[in-house]
Amino acid sequence: MVALIKPDFAIAKNEVYCRPQAFTDISTHYCPGCTHGVAHRLIGETLDEMGLRESTVGVAPVGCSVFAYNYFDTDFVEAAHGRAPAMATGIKRVLPNKVVFTYQGDGDLASIGMAEIMHAAARGENITVIFINNAIYGMTGGQMAPTSLPGMKTTSSPNGRDVETQGYPIRMAEMLAQMDGAGYVVRRSLHDPANIRKAKKAIRTAFEVQLHGLGFSLVELLSTCPTNWGMTPVDALGWVNEHMIPTFPLGDFKISAAVAAIK
Amino acid sequence: MARELIKGNVAMAEAAIRFGLEAYFGYPITPQTELLEHLAKRMPELGRAFVQAESEVAAINMVYGAACTGVRVMSSSSSPGVSLMSEGISYIAGTEIPAVLINVVRGGPGLGNIAPAQSDYNQAVRGGGHGDYRNIVLAPASVQEAIDLVGLAFDLAEKYRTIAMILADGSIGQMMEPAELPEMRPINRQDPAWATNGNPDRPRRQLTSIYLEPHDEEITNLRLLKRWRDIQANEVRYKEYYLDDAEYVVVGFGTAGRIALSALRAARARGIKVGLLRPITLSPFPASVVAELAQRARGFLVVEMNTGQMLDDVRMAAQGRAPIEFYGRPGGVVPFPDEILAEIERMASSELRVETDPRMAWLERALAR
Repeated sequence: MVALIKPDFAIAKNEVYCRPQAFTDISTHYCPGCTHGVAHRLIGETLDEMGLRESTVGVAPVGCSVFAYNYFDTDFVEAAHGRAPAMATGIKRVLPNKVVFTYQGDGDLASIGMAEIMHAAARGENITVIFINNAIYGMTGGQMAPTSLPGMKTTSSPNGRDVETQGYPIRMAEMLAQMDGAGYVVRRSLHDPANIRKAKKAIRTAFEVQLHGLGFSLVELLSTCPTNWGMTPVDALGWVNEHMIPTFPLGDFKISAAVAAIK
Repeated sequence: MARELIKGNVAMAEAAIRFGLEAYFGYPITPQTELLEHLAKRMPELGRAFVQAESEVAAINMVYGAACTGVRVMSSSSSPGVSLMSEGISYIAGTEIPAVLINVVRGGPGLGNIAPAQSDYNQAVRGGGHGDYRNIVLAPASVQEAIDLVGLAFDLAEKYRTIAMILADGSIGQMMEPAELPEMRPINRQDPAWATNGNPDRPRRQLTSIYLEPHDEEITNLRLLKRWRDIQANEVRYKEYYLDDAEYVVVGFGTAGRIALSALRAARARGIKVGLLRPITLSPFPASVVAELAQRARGFLVVEMNTGQMLDDVRMAAQGRAPIEFYGRPGGVVPFPDEILAEIERMASSELRVETDPRMAWLERALAR
């Protein structure tokens, strides 16, 4: 499967930057420039800082992050496509004192897993969802996603997404914010350092919401797919800022009164 | 415990609780709904997990998640719902973790009806979902047996890290009869070496059903088959009635087997030396018992509430050593003992031929009626 490769950097005593302890020593399979690595790192750092590494069960999706379970040094399971919130529900209901999170892409969460995510939020499942929205199916090679932008060219919308026949992008954070069971639903972006810092803060808040038992928490992260977008990594980051944010505005869509009280 | 008058669905639900069920995830569907309803009331009052899921797809994936933590977990449904669950069933099989499912079968295909049927035999014993695996399938013929098999299903599922399905039918689920429930046994949560339960001070654990390297998947398929060989060798269960001196053998499972027993007693009273083999484990199928009976029986009559699904397993086991006849009532129709008695009498007074295709011969008779 994935080769075990030791990181080639040494950890010095006066280090200011190192691999999170919540990471394994396995190098990821992600394409160069893909922001999955950034998202993983933010989760890893957060688990470290909150001391959750040894009390967490993660749920990996189907899609590019199918192997996420290899990269986190926590217990992990691998769900069927779209079913991660259901699987997480099963785990959390029997292990209410453990931290349970899912990591899902847009095809997984917003297309095939629409029912599972909406109902997990509606039930107020006390789980945390990290939602990677890069507007495309990565693993299968660049097909149209439920979050693809109007006019966006993909291998299954070769002339650009025609909203007349292929519909409009789905804004999950806005929809999930309507669920009374949701405690914390926000959208952040990974396209520059300032936004990455904000994303990390949101991920921490989402886990805190779970630790306090305040219901469903979700952080949507606007992400890049340079390979399937056909762009350089730098251009892809710019594309998020210029094209994705206007359709998927950043912001806090649901902060329940109970969550506001702990913030 | 005293015997009480209890409905099959409620009995299976309460039995599961007493055998240590820690989590249940399900979705309403007739004719199994009372099972879910009973657990909706009882599980929360015992501090155990109950979720009415948004679909059978979600329910089985909740089972999948809870099963990964090593607790006793179960779902129940009926035919169309089990079709929806087959995705999760395949994943659970591929991940090699224990789970129990109760399928209170109704007439099909499609939406079918809500009457008792055995038309999901093939789906159940061949695995149901995609990929190369088999499930343990247990068929009760009474409310008492349904209770007992719930306990056995948990034990076997955990022993072999596999799915154990109870293949009941609408009449087992809906019928009330006297039965004895087990004593409440305390929850004894284990920490099996594979469970992803987030416990500290040990290396991380992973549970997946993905083997991207084909050779790894091949090894997994062979491991599953090797485990199945053990299950076949150790876990075949069946009941036999009047087989010692039997010249003719009726084979039927669940409700059909129970009705056949009534017919059989009437046939015995008329001097026909006929016995009954009632498989309890439909999978693993008691093939060697059938093979042994085929050495001496003058004929078999397979009786099912479908168009002849277990019939294929009987034919495979008999290997042409004895003639086989078939009688079925598909579509949710339950046969009367008289009908089966007539078939036994017909068999006993006919010149039986091994070459006869039992299913087609039955179809011709059914169409001519």
